Amino acid sequence: MRGSDLGAESPPIAIGGSPSIRVRGLEARFGENVVFQNLDLDVRRGEVLGVVGGSGTGKSVLLRTIVGLNHPTAGHIEILGEETALLDAVARRRLDARFGVLFQDGALFSSLTVAQNVQVPLREHLDLSPEMLDGLAAMKIAVVGLPADAARKYPSELSGGMRKRAGLARALALDPELIFLDEPTAGLDPISAAEFDRLIANLQRSMRLTVFMVTHDIDSLMAITDRIAVLVDKRTRVGTMDELLRDDNPWIRAYFHGPRGRAAIGSAQGEA
Amino acid sequence: MAVDAGWVRTSSKDNRFVVAVGGSWVVGTAGELDRRLHDIAPGKLRSITLDLSEVAALDTSGAWLLLRTQRRLVAEGREVAIENLAPILAPLLQQVAETGCEVPPDMHPRRRFGDFIARIGKVTITQIVGAGALLGFIGLVAITVMRTIRHPSRVRLAALFQHMEQTGLNSLPVIGMLSFLVGVVFAFQGADQLRTFGAEIYTVNLLGIAILRELGVLLTAIILAGRSGSAFTAQIGTMKVNEEVDAMEVLGLDPIEVLVLPRLFAMMITLPLVAFFANIMGLLGGAIMCWATLDISIPTFLRQLRSPLPGWSFWVGILKAPTFAGIIALTGCYEGLRVSRSAESVGRLTTRSVVESIFLIILADAVFSIIFSYARI
Repeated sequence: MRGSDLGAESPPIAIGGSPSIRVRGLEARFGENVVFQNLDLDVRRGEVLGVVGGSGTGKSVLLRTIVGLNHPTAGHIEILGEETALLDAVARRRLDARFGVLFQDGALFSSLTVAQNVQVPLREHLDLSPEMLDGLAAMKIAVVGLPADAARKYPSELSGGMRKRAGLARALALDPELIFLDEPTAGLDPISAAEFDRLIANLQRSMRLTVFMVTHDIDSLMAITDRIAVLVDKRTRVGTMDELLRDDNPWIRAYFHGPRGRAAIGSAQGEA
Repeated sequence: MAVDAGWVRTSSKDNRFVVAVGGSWVVGTAGELDRRLHDIAPGKLRSITLDLSEVAALDTSGAWLLLRTQRRLVAEGREVAIENLAPILAPLLQQVAETGCEVPPDMHPRRRFGDFIARIGKVTITQIVGAGALLGFIGLVAITVMRTIRHPSRVRLAALFQHMEQTGLNSLPVIGMLSFLVGVVFAFQGADQLRTFGAEIYTVNLLGIAILRELGVLLTAIILAGRSGSAFTAQIGTMKVNEEVDAMEVLGLDPIEVLVLPRLFAMMITLPLVAFFANIMGLLGGAIMCWATLDISIPTFLRQLRSPLPGWSFWVGILKAPTFAGIIALTGCYEGLRVSRSAESVGRLTTRSVVESIFLIILADAVFSIIFSYARI
């Protein structure tokens, strides 16, 4: 039965407790090129974790590996308490329904309207009446701050910022406990980027989401992350902003103490 | 935390109708809860309490259901109070309430009969505008060709040779193979029919006329349309997507001169040559088949081929080649330059360019047949 996928057994969100994502000894390599090696990472329940790193250090590879789009060459990944390598197809589908992914440009299905895009996961995993499908889609579209008439538009008719919001609505369609965001503010103007940050922070609080966010944007990091994971030397260094500011790794210093880093941090502290 | 399914219980107390809800109000239970909530009938009681004290888990879908029920009851003229919501769940309910929970009536694009007529109109106008643009493009290319003839040094030789290699040399194996097989099939089928009249030897004439006049060049043109015409569209289209074509214009390069002319010239030079090769391979296939099944030796085949064959047959075929080449190159480049900035349009226009070129090639072939029949050649 289709409706049984997300039955009552999916547990409610508890803040704290066991980590949402637990990565141990992860290794990804493409041929000779080792992207990361022996990487450990914990994402705590209910936190916003920012993932930063230079171009080519494998931020996106890490995200894709955790969500299951790349197969790691070694290591263990546990998402929401499930060891991903051990799952059969049915359990994997059930796990897939418990997290959402926002790809860089939204990755909306171009042949479907925004409303139909949001309904895709609902139709796939649940057995809902058409009235409910429309109602939930309209609600999700409103929650991410899109105007009501965006529902019947096709992705090609939307601006970049609206496509990201629509992609977020689709990622949130099944009310996941965990969402992955791949550079959510890339390509947005500073005003839209700040609005998007606020949106994510709001939703994270009200829906009590765990957020795994790959980003380049220091303003975003300052605004919404609880902790930051920096990919350096094929591993991660995790800490709060304050801890990383004291770190003496040359790349981390260059990143946070460079002109842009100083400006972003300075203005954020000025506001606070 | 204990997790159970969502539930709804109704009772009435002191003239108030109490809807107690509890358990998991999440997207996984929403379908079932939706059906239960539809059954709530408070009867005559006007004051209703939604008691949320036992809600263990709530997500936006559950919140939406609760708020929708509230809206429905309020719309019926009742007064609804939401009570005992756990403080930790309050922001979520608030967030969903802010969306208004309304379904816009025009959520999906509707299809009406009028749309059908509108679409006919739209397609007609697009076609007319498209035809105008195509004429404009042909004119632009013609002017550029004229200019290049006056200044032959402007021809980009490296690009020309590269495209000649790609469209001509690299297509020889597939075209040779196919022509050979068509020759074999034609000889076999022709021999089979003509044998009943005892006129097997005329298989050779059939082959000569069919391959030299029509099949060799037509086959070549169709394969090159699929192979090189599509490549032209995809190459130029990808450059459009990457804004390379815009960069060229800004740098003072003429995209027609840089992109279209080398492809057009390469196609017009190579297609007749490849068609000649196709003719030879087709006749070779036919000759081998005649020798194998009809015992017509190769010298006999050649003699028979030469004697009654109107001397024009070969030229009738080859004369069409530059026209077909022009059709393929111009369609391919034109569709490529029409690509907008989306990757999706590259695919759409590539398909379109192949279909259009093949259509136009066969159309042109028909026109040639009419002209040649009037000219009695």
